[in-house]
Amino acid sequence: MSEKRKILICMGTSGIAAGATGVARLFEQELGKRNLADGFQIIRTGDRGLFRDVLVDVIEPDGQRTTYEYVKAEDVVPIVEEHLIEGNPYAKRLAGKSYHDFFKSQMRIVLKNCGEIDPEDIEAYVMHDGYSALRKAVQDDSAQIVKTVTDSGLRGRGGAGFLTGMKWKFCREAAGDQKYIVCNADEGDPGAFMDRSVLEGDPHAVIEGMAIAGFAVGASRGVVYCRAEYPLAVKRLQKAIDQSREKGFLGKSVCGSPFEFDISIMQGAGAFVCGEETALLASIEGKRGTPRIKPPFPAQQGLWGKPTVINNVETFANVPHIINHGAEWFASIGTEKSKGTKVFALAGKVKNTGLVEVPMGTTIRELVFGPGGGMLHKKLGLKGVQLGGPSGGCIPAAMADTPIDYESLQSTGAIMGSGGVIIMDEKTCMVDVARYFTGFTVSESCGQCTPCRVGLKRMHEVLTRVVEGEGVPADLEFLGNMGNTICSTSLCGLGQTAPNPVLTTLRYFRDEFDAHVHRRECPAHVCTTLMHYEVIEDMCIKCGACAKVCPAGAVTWERGKTARIDPAKCTRCNACNTACKYMAIR
Amino acid sequence: MNKEISTSVSAVKREDVMKIINAFRDQPGALIPLLQAVQREYGYVPKEAVDLIADELGMFPVDIYGVLTFYAQFYLEPRGRHTIRVCEGTACYIMGGKDILDRLKTDLGVEESKTTADGRFYLETVACLGCCGMAPAMMIDEDFYGNCTVGQLDEILKKYE
Repeated sequence: MSEKRKILICMGTSGIAAGATGVARLFEQELGKRNLADGFQIIRTGDRGLFRDVLVDVIEPDGQRTTYEYVKAEDVVPIVEEHLIEGNPYAKRLAGKSYHDFFKSQMRIVLKNCGEIDPEDIEAYVMHDGYSALRKAVQDDSAQIVKTVTDSGLRGRGGAGFLTGMKWKFCREAAGDQKYIVCNADEGDPGAFMDRSVLEGDPHAVIEGMAIAGFAVGASRGVVYCRAEYPLAVKRLQKAIDQSREKGFLGKSVCGSPFEFDISIMQGAGAFVCGEETALLASIEGKRGTPRIKPPFPAQQGLWGKPTVINNVETFANVPHIINHGAEWFASIGTEKSKGTKVFALAGKVKNTGLVEVPMGTTIRELVFGPGGGMLHKKLGLKGVQLGGPSGGCIPAAMADTPIDYESLQSTGAIMGSGGVIIMDEKTCMVDVARYFTGFTVSESCGQCTPCRVGLKRMHEVLTRVVEGEGVPADLEFLGNMGNTICSTSLCGLGQTAPNPVLTTLRYFRDEFDAHVHRRECPAHVCTTLMHYEVIEDMCIKCGACAKVCPAGAVTWERGKTARIDPAKCTRCNACNTACKYMAIR
Repeated sequence: MNKEISTSVSAVKREDVMKIINAFRDQPGALIPLLQAVQREYGYVPKEAVDLIADELGMFPVDIYGVLTFYAQFYLEPRGRHTIRVCEGTACYIMGGKDILDRLKTDLGVEESKTTADGRFYLETVACLGCCGMAPAMMIDEDFYGNCTVGQLDEILKKYE
């Protein structure tokens, strides 16, 4: 069986969106037509983490691997004929240097199987050491498992960074006839998609991690609370649960031991605040997802009032590796207080966007210019990085050498959060970004407590005024005061962190606020009400990109000449400005 | 309670809703999955169904509406034939997702969370489809569109009648 040549096709949400389903089918057809189907095993994997439309790998029995990127339907026949039959790689779609650079500096533990195995086939997971940690764990003393996880230094990957082992210990020691393990897969931060990729690409790792947690704390039931926007993740996870039940990794007797554990899935219904643990528990109980005051913590009183461990997807996916390789191995990766690796979702104005797993302590610069491959547009430099989504902050380029670990980030005013990293260049307006995040948290505030419900709304109004050129100097002082008040008086984590994007941009990008307020100018040429729609002669490289996209025929351009915008025809749609990569339209 | 309202559910519909209610009746806390199942059936959660659920589960309709209006993915009115979801996640926003949304609003003559006059499209925004590398992105029904530009929109919309 292992003599077969393998064809790997990445089929996560993004691969499928780019047409991977059709490509996979074509490979089957074309191989079938040529009576070659028996010699090949076509494996449909999850996404590997790098956006390259359809990715196809050919792996020879000796392990030699050829990767193709941006594969389209018309490339299938040439790949079959030139490569699979004649043995010459098809040059047109061979993965280039930036593809290989993307993976070179990574350390993949959580993402090890993503894009490498068929997530719908439990045998594939088992062949890659899957469920060996669970087998080992159920033979061990459960207190020892808690100790191993504590000693490893693993901290929650969902945002707050609480020591996982301590959570387990509290739950284990709490009195209760029934205990629960809950997996938080309500990945609500815009810009973060590592949990989705793990659930789509390696769902068994999460199941295994949850079962180990169940054994360690004495819980027999698990619930995965998954975001409703992730239908494929839910489908694959359900399939994985069914398969592991069939194979005896879940059920009355896990791995033949007396330990009983089973998992069900609950689909969310679209509420960001449900990522907060007490809100999430309320939602599982069928209620409005409003957070409550802690203590009591879920480890004492969680789901249905019973002791409950809540961890995030990535946290659970780390657990089998810790059990298999030991606490010392895990603790040897990362920094003094932040152990292991972290998966980051790199997006925005950077060349390679996707999931990057690196040891804790890697600097922002290493991330952007290593796996990220540098800035998207040559002429537009790095201005700042937004970390941690709507609860996080914007760090300026000058601080790009900050190591990414829980403490260092906190000292800058940003947070680790779930690991969303948005790269921003000179053509990103920080005031607008601050307003964007505030708009997001305004609509996602549960409305329960006043600082968050009313305070954020007022901040958003003021920010809107500023980006529209109607701001007054007192507004900036107001934003700072209001932000600090909301942070210190809100009930839950959402409100306590929601002003962070505004407070950090005020701290690091004050000049941009001043430009909007004092000069009625947007230095990044983003805020449309402050745009004049005229071409800056010195900046224009005469490429004509603006003229090509103008739907109103307002831009005139001839080869070699500076473009001109006719204000009488211009509808201020901003298409020219979006197309211009040289800040030449203001 | 509310007997006279719940009987206004037509025979067939009432039967369908009852079937869904019965499937979840004995599960504690299953209100959200139950409402999701009703919405899968009708595309939205009809008032008649809410009244019937309240009646059958011994709840007040206001408690059910409390849950329905809390979560973004429940609809209380029928939607257009096709649902357009424009991603407003951070990456999409920075990469020009707002231009896409503005253009759709103008072209379709419709505001967010509303259906076009001809019943063809329902337009809404979502915070992140989780495909940030293909920003700006949008979805129409189950079809995903990445790296969108304003210029492509006409062509894309033509596919949906």
